[in-house]
Amino acid sequence: MIPAQFEYEMADSVSQALELLAEHGEDAKLLAGGHSLLPMMKLRLATPAMLIDIARIGELAGIRADGDELVIGATTRYADIVSSGLVRAEVPLLAHAAAQVGDPQIRHRGTIGGSLAHSDPAADLPMTLVALGGSLEITGPSGVRTVPADEFFTGFFESVLEPDELLTAVRVPRGGSVPWGYQKFVRRANDWAIVGVAAYDGRVALASMGVTPIRALGVEEALRAGAPAAEAALRAVEGTSAGSDFHADKSYREHLARVLTRRALEGKTG
Amino acid sequence: MEIKLTVNGTTRSDEVEPRLLLIHYLREVCGLRAANIGCDTTSCGACTVLLDEESVKSCTVLAVQANGRSVTTAEGLVDEDGTMSVIQRAFRQNHGLQCGFCTPGMVMAATSLLAENPHPSEQQVREGLEGNFCRCTGYHNIVRAVLAAAEALSQPSEDAETGVGA
Repeated sequence: MIPAQFEYEMADSVSQALELLAEHGEDAKLLAGGHSLLPMMKLRLATPAMLIDIARIGELAGIRADGDELVIGATTRYADIVSSGLVRAEVPLLAHAAAQVGDPQIRHRGTIGGSLAHSDPAADLPMTLVALGGSLEITGPSGVRTVPADEFFTGFFESVLEPDELLTAVRVPRGGSVPWGYQKFVRRANDWAIVGVAAYDGRVALASMGVTPIRALGVEEALRAGAPAAEAALRAVEGTSAGSDFHADKSYREHLARVLTRRALEGKTG
Repeated sequence: MEIKLTVNGTTRSDEVEPRLLLIHYLREVCGLRAANIGCDTTSCGACTVLLDEESVKSCTVLAVQANGRSVTTAEGLVDEDGTMSVIQRAFRQNHGLQCGFCTPGMVMAATSLLAENPHPSEQQVREGLEGNFCRCTGYHNIVRAVLAAAEALSQPSEDAETGVGA
């Protein structure tokens, strides 16, 4: 499968990428690892006239501590997150989640910013960032704005990112000893989650239970009221709108959400 | 646009369309046919090559993304005198292939895996190869081959192919 024709520009800096975005508007797409965009272009589901390659902008990659947060550049690859001693020690949930994405070859290419900007409700990192209560730094023509993960995802493959904006960094809270759990139910290695659950410090987020990653607010409320994990998990379906497909129907997804939420709250990974 | 990169140790430059995929560049422009096109959807791993020494699926990389970088295919693992790499020999020694279609991708994935983790457990080998499908389902011997290669690479003084014949 061969993508439709497009023009290609390599941006050397964030400001140059923004200039190119301003010039080409909605005809342009940003390219980092390309592991969400290129498959869509090969299927002609996406036919951008211009690709702006941001993969070699040095200021966009890397992981650093900033007060009580880690700041992860948007083009930092999954493999770099998985192998980062800083992430493993300070945000082990994020290191674990990044290790669940795809396979080694995909983790050598795909980036945290790409996954979040793609906003797939079945993906690992959107759900994880919601559970962590992280935030996203977005740079546009008028400067930088910071959006909480809870407010970033607006619909199926949709976010608050405007066509002239660039996701530049991700912020996550440092908390190496905070209890967490992660559950991803798949039929085959390498698949997206049929249902996924990330739990962190009393916050719970679900994947594949609606058009965006969804906070399980009912579960969180029950936990705050002192309910044990098994009882709180029974409220996992509140506020969700799971769909049906050939992997699972709605009722099965809801069953999975309750079971996997209990396991995640018990600190299990899988 | 013009790209300049190193393919199997040789620097070359070519005029390519931006939409040319790395796998098509390697097979059709460079004439390197080891990497195969299998699923063409980032799943099967038959097109796995090394990009700056790390395994990638070349059906999901544009040739222009490899501009200025180094690409290695299974052909590039073979010495000028035809001597295969320790990992390639371990695949042959352990019969780590049946039809052979997945083999170049498996070898490249294993090369990357052992560079990152020279002493993997069997479980780590299986997880490390999860991006490569063998539709003959010959996984057991593939895993044995990678473990044997790891063992051989950790003992550089011994010939990995003792008793097999080159």
